[in-house]
Amino acid sequence: MIKSSDFETVVVETDLLICGGGMAACGTAFEAAYWAKKNGLKVTLVDKAAITRSGAVAMGLSAINQYVGYGAGDNTLEDYVRYVRQDLMGISREDIVYDIARHVDSSVHLFEKWGLPIWKDADGKYVHEGRWQIMINGESYKVLVAEAAKNALGDENIYERVFIVDPLMDGDKCVGAVGFSTRENQFYVFKAKAVYAGMGGAVHVFRPRSTGEGLGRSWYPPFNSGSTAYFTIKAGAEMTCQEIRFIPIRFKDGYGPVGAWFLLFKSRATNAFGGEYMVERKAELEEYAPYGTGKPIPACLRNHLGMEDMYEGKGPIYMQTAEAIQNIAASYKDDPKGFKKKMKELENEAWEDFLDMTISQAILWAGMNIQPEEVPSEIAPCEPYFIGSHSGASGAWVSGPSDIVTDEMKKAGYDWGYNHMTTVKGLFSAGDGVGASSHKFSSGSHAEGRIAGKAAIAYILDNNDAPNVDEAQVEELRKTILAPLDLFADNVSYSSDPEINPAYCKPRQYMFRLQKIMDEYAGGVGSQFTTSGKLLEKGKELMDFLFEDSEKLGAEDLHELTRVWENVQRTWMAYDHILHLEFREETRWPGYYYRSDFKKLNEADWKCFVNSSWKRETGDYKQWELKKVPVINLPI
Amino acid sequence: MPSFVILEKCDGCKGQDKTACLYICPNDLMVLDKETMKAFNRAPDMCWECYNCVKICPQQAVDCRGYADFVPMGASVVPLRGSDSIMWTVKFRNGMLKRFKFPIRTTEEGQAVPLAGYETGTEDIKSPVLCTEPASTGAAELPGKTW
Repeated sequence: MIKSSDFETVVVETDLLICGGGMAACGTAFEAAYWAKKNGLKVTLVDKAAITRSGAVAMGLSAINQYVGYGAGDNTLEDYVRYVRQDLMGISREDIVYDIARHVDSSVHLFEKWGLPIWKDADGKYVHEGRWQIMINGESYKVLVAEAAKNALGDENIYERVFIVDPLMDGDKCVGAVGFSTRENQFYVFKAKAVYAGMGGAVHVFRPRSTGEGLGRSWYPPFNSGSTAYFTIKAGAEMTCQEIRFIPIRFKDGYGPVGAWFLLFKSRATNAFGGEYMVERKAELEEYAPYGTGKPIPACLRNHLGMEDMYEGKGPIYMQTAEAIQNIAASYKDDPKGFKKKMKELENEAWEDFLDMTISQAILWAGMNIQPEEVPSEIAPCEPYFIGSHSGASGAWVSGPSDIVTDEMKKAGYDWGYNHMTTVKGLFSAGDGVGASSHKFSSGSHAEGRIAGKAAIAYILDNNDAPNVDEAQVEELRKTILAPLDLFADNVSYSSDPEINPAYCKPRQYMFRLQKIMDEYAGGVGSQFTTSGKLLEKGKELMDFLFEDSEKLGAEDLHELTRVWENVQRTWMAYDHILHLEFREETRWPGYYYRSDFKKLNEADWKCFVNSSWKRETGDYKQWELKKVPVINLPI
Repeated sequence: MPSFVILEKCDGCKGQDKTACLYICPNDLMVLDKETMKAFNRAPDMCWECYNCVKICPQQAVDCRGYADFVPMGASVVPLRGSDSIMWTVKFRNGMLKRFKFPIRTTEEGQAVPLAGYETGTEDIKSPVLCTEPASTGAAELPGKTW
């Protein structure tokens, strides 16, 4: 059995500390390494996994969802801003969206040079899945991006299998981070002049659809536990859009992607009676004007119309894969040889779409003898997730690009100097860690990480003081973080089963408790994504007990200690989500969640960001400030 | 489809500098039993079935079996990952077999050159121009305000 006294403390001093190793953090590492080298600074990256296969792209991807192509005149940055504005029902930081869009093509072109196979047409142009999406052979997408980051940074500056828990603070300034090795009895203290938090979004906050062995089959990876949100909240940073969860529609249970089917293969989704909810329910979109009546129809509204069909008893909902394939092949009907070739090509494309990024969907199809060219497949909304990069928008409120923000934006609090710095001095973020800047996906997250990386080096050059780390704070954090090991060791001999003990709770059952509260009170899949002020109030009462009991979490080894802190991180994300759901008295994103007591979109009162800050100085998880912040559009 | 280890094939990577599946699992699930020198998945229901342990195993000793709570039995999906491509064998419940081969990278392993030959157009740390830009953007210059 391990005790906290068995741990040695390892201290690492650096200039810029990058916490995380996913797409955004690899972008930060790549960019920061360049500017740090020019200025004689040191950059250190720490990841809880191996960066070759960590983060949301660990499995691979079959498409890059953000590519603008402005250099070739394919699209404009303005068009991208309008697209995101529309999809998020009017709520987006257009300065940040514009900034990411002007850098994303650079990242994509770098990926290609690093070795990523991107599909090309006969003229050598990228093959588009949709207007902004391009097709890739992406099994090794993350391998390549991590390789470039490693080559830029040097292996000696990378710490893998170290799990970051809390920020180190010097007053209102972030001066490092603490965590522990998931392999050896080591407590890590990183001291830095600036810190970048890029440890992904959050899964398993809500009860998933599959609760047996398929618990791990979340659409977004189960190892992303809200580490970034927790880190920025605990540092006292202002958070934004924490109510804007993401609920993707995916092939049911395997959670295979639908983008290629909808966009590349032009497939229709229908109810069980063949009705097309996007056509039959079109008039309902007028309730959500101007977004519902604009193009493209926002993701939440597409969810909403499908859900309406299901709740009316018209489910299951199907992706009409066979019809789509037949439509494409139909143009070859007089050319049997060409037809056979085209069918083979389509079959390859359909299966690669899964095998590159959601392998379990391939085995589910194989297990059900599904050949997509012959039968349709069921699709369904997943459980809620928190990611700032896709069509959700939760994350930190960060300073925008000074050359882009308008005077009005500046007045509203969009810019305080260093691009992508949070409201905490010296603390930067990007990717799933930054809110209100949706639709950056993998490529935009990398580009955004680069923006933050350069700005963090600029910040260090302007504030080049050795970090002032209070040793008492470090000691207190060490005690708290390692406490679950002692609680377990001191009490385990009392009962017949180490899982059942009145003195402690294991993280697994604690996680189920959190998921049950969120599912039933905060609008999870089991509650048809519906909540209300009263339900949230009750949910908060139950969260009070959960917060108290988080101090009774027990861990028998390093792996379980990781699980303990992952679930504490989820708890903070969950609590902030509840506060945001409660504060915003309207239903702006139907299909993501419904307030049954405020069923309508309310443009007059709620066309604004909701921002929250935890009052760090109180030390009390209940003390937050919530406020409205105006949405200012770019003049485009 | 949680991963499992085929006991007969696993040698615990004893001849290697690290146990491959332990090294790669993004969710820290693979463990080596030092007595038997066999690896195992300690929490199959936390497995994302990303197949990274399957792809990396030098003995092809790791496989996945579809999630028992929703996948009908009998199917399998087996990768063979090479240096520039990956081969997949998909076996259906009814015995049908499909094989696919897809490219995975166009450069030699380890040879992703960070700056990729692009020049950086500025020395200014405060400029919005990032390293390799504007050359890597495909445009003559980085767009600023157009309004």
